[in-house]
Amino acid sequence: MQGIQLDLISEARISQMASMEKVRYIIDEVRKGKILVLEKGLNPMEEAKLIEMTMSAIQPDVFSGIEMQSYPANTDVSLLGKLFKKQSNKRLTVIGPANQLKTLKKDRNLISALVSAGK
Amino acid sequence: MNMIKRFKVSFSKVFKKLFKKKGACIGIYGPPNAGKTTLSNRILRDWVGGEETMGSVSHIAHETRHAKRRNEVTIETNGHTISLDIVDTPGLATKIDFHDFMEQGMSDSESKKRSKEATEGVIEAVKWLDDLDGVILVMDATENPYTQVNVTVIGNMEARNLPLLIVANKVDLPDADPGVIKEAFPQHPMVPVSALEGVGMDSFYEALAKQFG
Repeated sequence: MQGIQLDLISEARISQMASMEKVRYIIDEVRKGKILVLEKGLNPMEEAKLIEMTMSAIQPDVFSGIEMQSYPANTDVSLLGKLFKKQSNKRLTVIGPANQLKTLKKDRNLISALVSAGK
Repeated sequence: MNMIKRFKVSFSKVFKKLFKKKGACIGIYGPPNAGKTTLSNRILRDWVGGEETMGSVSHIAHETRHAKRRNEVTIETNGHTISLDIVDTPGLATKIDFHDFMEQGMSDSESKKRSKEATEGVIEAVKWLDDLDGVILVMDATENPYTQVNVTVIGNMEARNLPLLIVANKVDLPDADPGVIKEAFPQHPMVPVSALEGVGMDSFYEALAKQFG
């Protein structure tokens, strides 16, 4: 059966991994053509690392990169919130091969994406 | 970032302020074609003078493929003088397809070369995030601000507890709506400018001094 594999990854599973392990896992899975939905997304440093490692993996006609979308962090603008600023809590991250996943619309609370069978 | 790390970062910032470390290093970030190099060139034209530029600009994405640093740019605004080291970085992207360059009229080999250099440029831009004292994030005011590049850069600055100034560029274009950017990221200062036309630059320099001075 032809199809696209969509992996919904729980917070429990992803939080067991160290940062580099997460990034490598994501790139390996996405290069296989999978779309990943992480229940708890990556932190901003991990996202930057993922971008950096994705660039190292790009090959003409084979892999052109990833489509990644996450919600902006919730910001606590209260005085106490600013004083005891917590780590940004990403609520959800969607990652897939750039030739199969296309963002149609994104705002603070919604990510709308189109998944296709690729080129 | 945990409490101890945040304390270290805050202490380091206070220490730098007390002993006035010269030339805070500020990176200019944003997606390709947002106008980062145009803004950098405008800053140099306004405060350095002469023919010096930060780099060339083009309508084809990833024209800047190596970060360029200009030390000690002295800016005077509202009676305050600040000296900054400015780094113009290559546009951040999560994907680079050489076919996109071919569609812009480049040959196959040229496109592949640009694609390879562009990927190296993105890696360089990401690495610079670790060595900056703050970021100017340039967004195209005619486009949706909720791009992953914007979200990632803002998240990195917030996690590192470093100052950020958002520039809503291209306000000379009829579709520009800087209000959407302000609404999307209300926790950070934003200035609307046209780096190409020089519109809004006085407000930009005031915000720059306030944020990084």
